[in-house]
This record gives sequence, structure tokens and C-alpha cells, in this order.
Amino acid sequence: MIALGSRARAVLAACAALSVLTAFPWIGGEFYVDLVVRLMILAIFAMSLDLLIGYTGLVSFGHAAFFGIAGYTLASLTPAAAPANLVVVLPAALVASALAATVIGYLSLRTAGVGFIMITLAFAQMLYYVANESRAFGGSDGVLILFRPELTLQGRPLLDLEDPTVFYYLVLACLAGVLLLLRSLVRAPFGRVIRAIRIDDRRTRALGFATGRYKLASFVIAGTLAGLAGFLEAAHGGYVSPGALSWHQSGLVMAVVILGGMGTLYGPILGAFAFGLLQDQVQDWTEHTGLVVGLFVIAMVLLAPRGLAGLLSGVLSGALSGAPKTRERPAAPRGPR
Amino acid sequence: MDLAGFLVQLLNGVQAGFLLFLVASGLTLVFGIIGVINLAHGAFYMIGAYLAFWLTGLTGSLLAAVVVGVAVLVVLGIAVERLAIGFLYNRDHLQQVLLTFGLILVLDDLQRLIWGSDFHSVPVPAVLSGAVALTQQQDYPVYRLFVSAVCIAVALGLFVLIQRTRVGMAIRAAASNREMAEALGIDVGRLFTLVFALGVALAGFAGMVAAPISAVYPGMGDRILILAFVIVVIGGIGSVKGAFAGAMLVGIADTFGRVLVPEVASMVMYGVMAVVLLWRPQGLFGRPA
Amino acid sequence: MLTSFHSRPGRRRFLAGAAAATATVLAPAPFVLARPAPIRIGVLLPYSGTYAMLGTAITDGMKLSLAQAGETLAGRPVEYIIVDSEASPQQAPQNTRKLVVRDRVDVLVGPVHSGVALAMAQIVGARGAPLMIIPNAGADALTRELCAPNVFRSSFSNWQTGYPCGKVMADDGHRSIVTITWRYAAGDEIMGAGAEHFEALGGRVIKHIRVPFPDVSFQAHLSEIASLAPDAVFAFFSGGGAVQFVRDYAAAGLKARIPLYGPGFLTEGVAGAQGEAADGIRSTMHYVDDLDIPVNRRFRDAYRDAYGREADVFAVQGYDTGTLIARSATAVDGDTSAVGDMAAALEGIRLEGSPRGAWQMSPAHNPTQTFYLRDVVDGRHRVLGVAAEALADPATGCTLA
Repeated sequence: MIALGSRARAVLAACAALSVLTAFPWIGGEFYVDLVVRLMILAIFAMSLDLLIGYTGLVSFGHAAFFGIAGYTLASLTPAAAPANLVVVLPAALVASALAATVIGYLSLRTAGVGFIMITLAFAQMLYYVANESRAFGGSDGVLILFRPELTLQGRPLLDLEDPTVFYYLVLACLAGVLLLLRSLVRAPFGRVIRAIRIDDRRTRALGFATGRYKLASFVIAGTLAGLAGFLEAAHGGYVSPGALSWHQSGLVMAVVILGGMGTLYGPILGAFAFGLLQDQVQDWTEHTGLVVGLFVIAMVLLAPRGLAGLLSGVLSGALSGAPKTRERPAAPRGPR
Repeated sequence: MDLAGFLVQLLNGVQAGFLLFLVASGLTLVFGIIGVINLAHGAFYMIGAYLAFWLTGLTGSLLAAVVVGVAVLVVLGIAVERLAIGFLYNRDHLQQVLLTFGLILVLDDLQRLIWGSDFHSVPVPAVLSGAVALTQQQDYPVYRLFVSAVCIAVALGLFVLIQRTRVGMAIRAAASNREMAEALGIDVGRLFTLVFALGVALAGFAGMVAAPISAVYPGMGDRILILAFVIVVIGGIGSVKGAFAGAMLVGIADTFGRVLVPEVASMVMYGVMAVVLLWRPQGLFGRPA
Repeated sequence: MLTSFHSRPGRRRFLAGAAAATATVLAPAPFVLARPAPIRIGVLLPYSGTYAMLGTAITDGMKLSLAQAGETLAGRPVEYIIVDSEASPQQAPQNTRKLVVRDRVDVLVGPVHSGVALAMAQIVGARGAPLMIIPNAGADALTRELCAPNVFRSSFSNWQTGYPCGKVMADDGHRSIVTITWRYAAGDEIMGAGAEHFEALGGRVIKHIRVPFPDVSFQAHLSEIASLAPDAVFAFFSGGGAVQFVRDYAAAGLKARIPLYGPGFLTEGVAGAQGEAADGIRSTMHYVDDLDIPVNRRFRDAYRDAYGREADVFAVQGYDTGTLIARSATAVDGDTSAVGDMAAALEGIRLEGSPRGAWQMSPAHNPTQTFYLRDVVDGRHRVLGVAAEALADPATGCTLA
């Protein structure tokens, strides 16, 4: 009964959220539509990382690499005086991100735990320096993308992405698409295996699964979806700079995932909206964004390690108090096993 | 490059390596012993540099600044461990990463609040301000040689502390088996606080001695943190010996990279890291996972 | 509903902002009110990070200029909407939209960083509004390929700061130089201009050394310079990099053997931090603190009285920015919706009252100005003469020129 009720409530909440998002261009002003577009892009980015840290148990601290690569791909494929074709540049950007994720993932997965955190960070940083110093990519000044890509069929324009409303719905569609894709992915046998890997890699291997391949696959899928977010961000802002690849970006998206609630599908979306709005608000009333956001992050880690999704699921199931807290993941035992 | 040029650049590389070791040792020590990955290590380096600038201005002496500064940093380290890090020993690395990431944001902003966004420089102490002739064209500042000597002293000190003292014995015991150490009557909680504070002090100390040869400016900890990560990964996570080897390798590779392959100079050390990892995933001196 | 006046559409009120935005789309908000609505000046400058001091000085200079104009422009009070650009290009498009779309500023002032400027100029140029004045960013493209009718610059182009120095080095009798700077656009543009001029005058560039941006470990490069043994070194770094480079250069004993030259920013604002190491460095710049002309002395006194600090070149650029805003607003009698007329008022304008000496707006919207030759004595810049009179940027590729 409670389970059904909570499920119904969750579905209701999701429908309400979706209808608000769908109707938003009609009720929000130009600036706020723009803001929500950014929040949705951040949500896609965060969901892609959640597949790694929340589901596969791989703490990647270099996720911005794939976000940035897609943006730079769009920038370098956009001609100086005309829009690029969406049908060409979007797949190209995704392939570029996927390729990078394959190489970086292959090398990084030779390590585990803290080694993995550090090496993914180092690889992302290496790409950051490539972008920061190569004249072809505009160096530290970044590159302008003067035209958003367009979707044309035999010379006839189908979608005008320069129109903010059209772009908004494109991003919303991507968000919904990624959500559905990840939902089916984590429910498929693939999802069970990666979750098993998160809990115990060795045992999963002992059960006959080639865990290395699963981890790499998860890494590449996550990298590709991060590329989608990076592509949208670059098209939206009309600009890509090394900052897109920086470790601050990786850290922020990680904060978004964990604050939202990792290992859940809607947690990263919650996190993106909460964190994005917080940052936007704080920026308006103090210069010291870092202090406020930093203290907020520290407080969340210490007080609500399961994130907003954890808090919210308590509310939704009406069992905030009294219910035993289930920790899905026991603390990793130290010492030899 | 002629032989003289080669030797000069080698000296530059080794000197850079010593300073990098000082930073990386604290990072690897904290991880190796208490299992905490401290992203704010670079921020503490920056705080150290600012303390050197501020205290040198007040006292007129870098030595006095370092003494007072280290004390301030130890207190800061103890406070951070007691108020935040200490709650995370049983949580996974992800939470530590996030918490220390938040700490960076806070420390960066505190630095701006206290010292502003201006860049500063710290004068080289008069006793050490000379230079020795290296080649006909170039002199070598005495202070840089002095920094290398200090780094060697710290490396030896760390070795003695951990391998030869009672505290060191307790630290090693607690690192390899916390429960057993506790059963033997070692106050592991206090020991871990101490080790974390030591790590913070090492980062800050590195910032202080580096201040006269590197400008003091906001965000100066970022690059050094990434470098320390690379060094720790190359050397083997948790190994102080590895940190030394890694720091030397990175210092020398970076120096020669700048001169020989300027176009890709900042990628050279990452290349080194990738090669090392392909060959030995656990790093040069790391224990296999 | 559609005629509702949102003279100050709540900075953060969701629906009010939405309604106001809708109103603008359907009917451009009239400005005639019983009490005149303020002229809204959007300021996007860094107040944190490496360039914070520059942002503050520019803002103060601009405010001083507008305060001297009586805090009103053609009867309308002045309102500042200030956003910290954090010198991060990443945030630039979003911050620009905040000011242009949400706050509907009448004039946009910013930024310091060239990357930020490129993003801003693109957005503002494409919209054709509002009037934008760049008070520092030097990227050549801003008044070349990307020049736009409503985008002006009150500072300099990178090319201008490097070019005169080439002649100075040749005149001082040097035959060979090494250039050293960070590997980034500003470095390439400044060094390129100076080196090109030097070579045109018969000199030889032995090597262009490029240091990863914004790295400050110069030791390996100094050893390289020592072994190349050029007649002179032409260097550009700014901020902390400039402090570090000049000090390291002297500490390596190179200063006594190979003289150091650079664009003004090598020592500007950092000569104090560089200490003795900066003494004798020659540089070219469009302003010198001790410039002995009446307007400069008056400006410096007024700035010191107002803020308790000494003015610098950035304050001057901010001051001139304020003058440009005042002139353009007065020209349209406060009707800031006439962006085209405001811009027209700045075409070819001559600023006689600039503390840096009179200068003229070029057809590409960049100052045509005098560059002075100076050196450093005891932490202060001394005027040695004029390095280039009325120097104009080539404005290659600008459709306005």
C-alpha cells in the first residue's frame, strides 16, 4: 500500500515537473527560459556522471573532458560564416567524446579507487592544457561559435535553433531522451551487472562477468552523454573555452550529482536545478559565491550524504521519520580481505 | 644543447623536483596513512604562501613568518580534521573528494576576504639573496639552492619521523590495522588528527618557502595540486619514496619539455604518467592493488 | 498590463521579470515618466580572481567621470548594475545575457579579459544593442574582424601596445632579440606586432619563446635565453607573471647583461612588487602616471580624493569610458533607445580631456593615441619621450573602417 502510494506520488511528481517544463516557455521570460535551458543541460551532464559514480561505482574526476571535447568539436566544425548541419555535427561531437572516453577509460581502468580518481583528473587536465595552449582552438580565450547548428533537409530548414523556444524544446527532448535511455539501461541486465560491480567487483568477476568490459562500456556511454550536454551547452552559449574542460567543471558536476542523490535517476536532475538556482541566486547577492556554495557543499556531505533525492524520497514515501535507514552500500572494509 | 646547457637545465629540473616533492609528500602521506584524499592540499599551499607574505610583512623576517605560519597551519589542520574530515573515515572516497572540493571553494574565498585579490611577492631574505655564477651568461640564485637543501632536510626528517620514532611506529601500526592499533592502546583518533595536520603543514610550508621564488596570487594552488596528483600517481599512491621519485621525474621532464618540445610542454608530464601507468598501474613504488 | 513600467524589473523576481520581458517584446518600454527613469549602465568586470584590481580601478574611474558630470545624464539619474565577470570566459555569455536581456541595460561596460570580450561583443554586436564600451580587453579582433557599429573600445588594441616597442629596441642599437611571453592570443598579438616592427627595421628575432599560460616557472626559459645570448629581450607577462618574470630575470643575473623591453603592462601596476628588479626596464604605453599635463594632474588629485588610492592606467581607461557614455547620452538627450544615434555621436569623437592626452576614436572604434616611452626608477615610471605619435590600429578586416 505504501509502496504503491509512494510510486503513485513519484509518478505524479514527475508528470507535474514535466508539464511545468513543457509549458515554461509560455510563462517564463526570455531570461528565465535561457536559465532553465542551462539547468537542463547541467542535468543531462550530471545524469551522465551518475551512471559512473552512482551506478558503476567509478569515481571519475575528469568528466568535464568529454563535455568540453564535444563543444570544441562543434566549434571546429562550424564554418566562419554559416551554420553547421546538425545531422553532421551532433554525431561528430558524440563520436569524438566517445572516442576520447574509450582511450581515457581504457587507460584509467587499469587503476581503481583513488588511483582512478586521480588519473581521470590528470587526463582531463591534460586536455585542458591542449585547449588552453593550442592556437587552433583559440587558446585560453576560447572559440566563438557564431551560428547555432541548423537542421535542414535538402536545403529546407526544419528546425531553427536560433529561436530560443525551439532550442528549449530540443534540450527538453534531449533531457527526456537521456532519462528514458538511462532508465532502460539500468533496468536491463547491463544495469544489474554494473550495480553488482559497484558493490563488489571481485565477486562479480568470479560470477563470470568480464567486469572490465562492463566498466569500459559504462565509461564510454557516460562520456558520450556528457558530450551531448557539452554540445548543447556550446551551441547554446555560442562559445567554448578551456574552462569547459577544467577540473572545477568536473568537481561542480560531481557536487551536483551527489547533492541531488547519486544512484537514482532523478537525483541528478534535482541536484542540477537546486545547485544551478543556488549559484545563480548567490551570485546576485554576494561576491563570495565560493564561500556560500562551498559551505553548502560541506554541510550537505556531512549532514545529508544521500542528497536531495534521499531527503525527497523520505517525504514521498511519507516515512521520513521512523523508517529504518537502509544503506545500500556498506562501508568498504579496510585491510586485507 | 651543449653539455653546459644540459647540466644547467638538469639543475633547474632537480630544483623544481625538490619543491614538488615537498608538496606531494604531504598529499601522499595523508592518503597513505589515514586514507583521505585531500583535494584542498593545493589550497593549503596557497594559504601558506599568503601567510608567508603577510607575516613577513609584519615581522620583517621570513624565518619568523615560517615558524608562526606553520603553527597557524597546524591549528587550521586540526580544526578542519576535527570539524569535517574526521567524520569521513568510514565513508567512500567520493564523499572525501566532494567535501575537500567544497573546502577549496571556501578557502579560496577566505583568502580573497582576508588578503584581497592582489598578487604579492615576498622578498628573499637578505642572507640568501646572493647568486653564484653558473655560466658566463647566467647566475644561480642562492635562495633556490637553499630551498633544495630545505627540501632534502624535510625528506630526511619525514623518514626519521616515520621509521625511527615511537610516534612513527604508532602511525605505521594505525595505518596497517586500525583496530589492532587501538587494542594496543594507541589513540588512533588523535594520531589521525596529527597526521592530517602534518599534511596541511607540509603543504603550507611548501607554499611558504616557495613564496619568494614564486609570486603569491589567488588560485596559485590549483596547478600545484594537479602536479602533486600526477606525481603521486606516478610514484605510487601513499608512498613517500614514490613521491620523491615522481617529483624528480616530473620536475626534470617538465624542464626539458619546455626547452626541447615547447609546443607540447605542458603535456609532457601527463605523457610520462600515462607511460608509467601502462607499465606499472600501481605506480613506481606502489603496492599492487 | 502591456504598458506597465518596470523601471527596475526586480532583479530576481520571477514573474515580474517575465512580465517585463514580455512587455519589451511587444512594446519597447517608453522612458518618459514623471520622474525620469535612470539610465542603466551594466558593468561586467572582474571583482574577484587575478584581474580584480583592474575591475575595481576601471569602475572607480568611470564613476568619477560620471560623478563629475553631476550623476545625471541629460536629466536622467545613473544606475549601475554590476556583475562580477570573475574573468572567466565560461560565464561570459550568461552574464552578458543577464545584463542585456533581463536587466535591459542602456549601456554595457566591460570586460577586462579578451576571451570574455570576444563572447560579449559577439552577443551585443549581433543584437545591435545596447551600446557597448570595452574599457580594457585588448584582443585585436574586437576592432578588426568583429568590429560592430555599437561596440567601442576606450583602451588599446594589443597590436598598439607592442608595435612601438620594436622601434625603441632598434633605435637603442639592438640587432637581435628573443621574445618571451605566454602561449596565448594576447601574447602572440603583442609580441607579433613588436617583432614585426623590429624586423622591418632590420633587426633579427632569434627565437620566440612561449611559456604555458598562466605558468610562472621561468627558470628553464631563463637558462635558454642565457645560452642564446641576444642583444635584448622583448617580454610580455601581466599581473603575477610579470612580477615573477622580472624578478627571476634579475635574479639570474640576466638584467645586467641583456636589457629587457616590453609593452607597458610588463611593469605597469606591478613595479612596486618587482622592486629593484624593475629598475631600468624600458616599455611603451599609452599612459604614464607622472605624465605632466594639467588634465592628468587634476584627474589624479580627484581620484585620490575620491578613493584614497593612486590612479593607474585602468582608472584612466574607466574615466574615458565614463566620458564616452556621458557624451553619447547627451547627444540623444537621454533617449537611450536610439542606440544608432548614440553610437553616431562617438564616431570620430576626440577626447581632449583624457588624462592620457587627447585621443581620437578611429573608424574601427579603437583609440588613435600617443604611446610614450618610459622606464622605471625606484618603482615609479618616468617619461622618456614619445614612442609613437597618434598611433592607429591597422583595423585589418573591419567593415566599418
